[in-house]
Amino acid sequence: MRIPIETFELANGLRVTLSEDHTAPIVGVNLWYHVGSANERKGRTGFAHLFEHMLFQGSADVAANEHFELIQRAGGTLNGSTWLDRTNYFEVVPSNECELVLWLEANRMGQLLPAMTQQKLDTQRDVVKNERRWSVDNQPYGTWWERLPALCFPPSHPFHHSLIGSMEDLSQASLEDIAQFFRAYYTPDNAVLSITGDFDPPQARGWVERYFSAIPRGTDARNRPPMDVGPVFGRALEERVADDVALPRLFLAFRSPVFGSEAYYAASVCGAVLGQRSGSRLYRRLVREREIAAEATAFTFDLPKGSDLLVTDVTARPGVSADELHDAVTAEIDTVHREGVTAHEVSRAAALIETDFVNALQSAGERADRLSMFATYFGNPHLVNEQLDRYQAVTVDEVNAFIKARLGPDNRASLLYVPRETGTATDTDSQGAAA
Amino acid sequence: MTTPTSRRPSPGDARPYHFPRFQRHRLSGGVQLITVAAPKLPLVSVAAVVDAGAARDPEGMDGLAVLTAKLLLEGTVQREGAELVDAFEQLGASVDITADWDSATVRLTVLSAHAEAAIGLLREVLREPAFRERDVTRLKAERRAEILQMRADPRELADESFERHLYAAGARYSRPAAGGMAATDRITRQAVKEFYDRHYVASRVTLIVAGDLSDARARGIAAAAFGDWTGTGPEVARAVDETASMSRRIRVVRKADAPQSELRIGHEGVSRGHPDYFPLVVMNAVLGGLFSSRINLNLREAHAYTYGAHSGFDWRRSAGPFAISTAVESGVTADAASEVLKEIERIRDAAVASDELSLATSYLAGVFPIRYETTSAIAAALASLVTYGYPDDYFDSYRARIESITEDDVLRVARAHLHPDRLLVVAVGDPAVIEAPLAALNLGPLSVSAAGDAEAGA
Repeated sequence: MRIPIETFELANGLRVTLSEDHTAPIVGVNLWYHVGSANERKGRTGFAHLFEHMLFQGSADVAANEHFELIQRAGGTLNGSTWLDRTNYFEVVPSNECELVLWLEANRMGQLLPAMTQQKLDTQRDVVKNERRWSVDNQPYGTWWERLPALCFPPSHPFHHSLIGSMEDLSQASLEDIAQFFRAYYTPDNAVLSITGDFDPPQARGWVERYFSAIPRGTDARNRPPMDVGPVFGRALEERVADDVALPRLFLAFRSPVFGSEAYYAASVCGAVLGQRSGSRLYRRLVREREIAAEATAFTFDLPKGSDLLVTDVTARPGVSADELHDAVTAEIDTVHREGVTAHEVSRAAALIETDFVNALQSAGERADRLSMFATYFGNPHLVNEQLDRYQAVTVDEVNAFIKARLGPDNRASLLYVPRETGTATDTDSQGAAA
Repeated sequence: MTTPTSRRPSPGDARPYHFPRFQRHRLSGGVQLITVAAPKLPLVSVAAVVDAGAARDPEGMDGLAVLTAKLLLEGTVQREGAELVDAFEQLGASVDITADWDSATVRLTVLSAHAEAAIGLLREVLREPAFRERDVTRLKAERRAEILQMRADPRELADESFERHLYAAGARYSRPAAGGMAATDRITRQAVKEFYDRHYVASRVTLIVAGDLSDARARGIAAAAFGDWTGTGPEVARAVDETASMSRRIRVVRKADAPQSELRIGHEGVSRGHPDYFPLVVMNAVLGGLFSSRINLNLREAHAYTYGAHSGFDWRRSAGPFAISTAVESGVTADAASEVLKEIERIRDAAVASDELSLATSYLAGVFPIRYETTSAIAAALASLVTYGYPDDYFDSYRARIESITEDDVLRVARAHLHPDRLLVVAVGDPAVIEAPLAALNLGPLSVSAAGDAEAGA
């Protein structure tokens, strides 16, 4: 299965990918900026994400929140998201509104700063603080997605610090920070644009040239800190968190080959063998057979630089203690490390991955996001058409070689949530990663 | 000065769209079949909808419908659960079961090359479940885990508390569809078996096949798998939506030291079959359904109280809740509640502006094709058509019906169906911070409870 792909690049460095599909009168537009929390300076954690909010606060010819209103009035959906190493903005609209979307995206890429005010920044800072309370501080286990990277990457590493940021650092962000960040990272040569669905390629190309060509390349220096770390932690890392949760839950993470590398595909298949859906190894053993766990899943972060992480995520059944949970999961991983997995388990995983992949490509928005991802990370959106072959080529021997190398006791980071007694504050006991 | 790029482009001509054509059939034993050819990619999605939702739970057996549905995937006469799941997953089929108030649905998506094999397995799931004692016991324990998790999660606790306080103590809607602790304990293998025998009969079942499969081929596969399924079910209509009170009141659910309050503000809504459905959908979009709605722009963008706020009707066969939901910084809980009340009053006081109306209607009409891009979304849409009995032209007339709504319609339904004098306010948060300011709003009586207080009788 292949989707049609054509590419071009503007003189200012904006790389554009087009993929036609006229099944429905819908167009997906997707921009990836190659900047995320990893590019933040010390004392400005959470800034990349706060900045994403500011991109909806208007630009030279668009009022605050008008971007949302115009797209919804056009009958479209939209949002943005921030990750460790990228920020994306995306819309899906009726195809006759494609030009409007391109104009809006160009307007904020080219002329954001005239619309920025202290009041808008103050409001969005408070909105983001509420987002932090909602998704992290007032949510059971909500701190896992800042604690786990902090445990797995050493303090000097750009993935170590919190993506959503600390309340203190958010309070420090200034309009001057906004201007600097914009000039350094929100430039056409640091972005890719993908358009999918029901459009006419020459016409779409004309719109892209018309609206984006005048935006200059970036000249400011970008903070691209070194990412490299060793292939394994070198020892067992452990953190125990007493928190407001009902049941113990263990995140067990392993450093694994970076996304897109030759070795990545075996690691990804291994993740599916261990924890994708209820036929997976961990679910079968811990939920169904041993009745230790209520839920068990596994996934990869899909990081293309430094190190990826393969993570297993298992929640205890009522009555099972945190230590019992930890021992049971570790014992299963030990068994897998010692004995490997079977060809039958690998074929199950590969079949599920194939269906999921084809399923995702049905929607214009997903297509556009994947094209942007491969264009940003590897400069080659055509890689989207190679993924299925890459996955189908993975053998059980390759998966077991990955397991031997990466699932041993020297490459495990354990983040264990323990229900705390009422009345005591959250406390942790942590031993973090070295480079 | 006007540069060429400061002028906003206007839309081109809209291209035509219609919901994918579907065909209804009746298999010889009585199962209904709906087929939709959607051959863009080599995929097929199947939804088997059974009219056996939680509203059909027998008295004292809350959660039986949901547990029965979940047990279908835990093993058949021929295969134990692990073997059954492996058989599906070796085909690359992702299978899930969901059961809500009005139906139980088995959904799967698979490459079309494996559709026949997957539907063959689906036949085993629906026709030959084993309900092994051990699996019944295990799923009951998993339900207990879910309840504990729900009580520790402020969002879920707020939803659950809102429905518990909204409906009369005896009303089924006052308790979770999947059942509480005590009811879960009461469920037996025998009860599951009886529920299955009574409700999983051909007249209650619709099989929906959407994707890269012709109507003739889908009919052949479906007839082979389900043609011999017969039986009709008893009509068991039971009132589930009696409300608790017609006056305003505040219920605080204690979460000490909470940095935010989860707020739910509302009252009973109306049933999905109500003739005001379309004007209510548009009214709600203006009030709190969209990002650019009044409530979100007020609470998030004007006051920065929250990351987001929205309103919504929970559409069910009987009258589900209508609620405004948001999470706000603890110190502004009462202020946020007060702003929500103002917005409810305001949309009843005067007609919405024409640009507010057109934003809502053009959004709802415009996103319609975007909602049905995938085979699973098409199958899910048809599952709703079956469960709620929409006419066959429902999808084809949807956009015109939305676009026909006027400012007067919105005002009329806001006045008819929003009841500021009956509002229930639920706040999951820290009483030390929020109780006094909420009481000072003088909305009505206020009481404070702990998260686990609900269980009696459930």
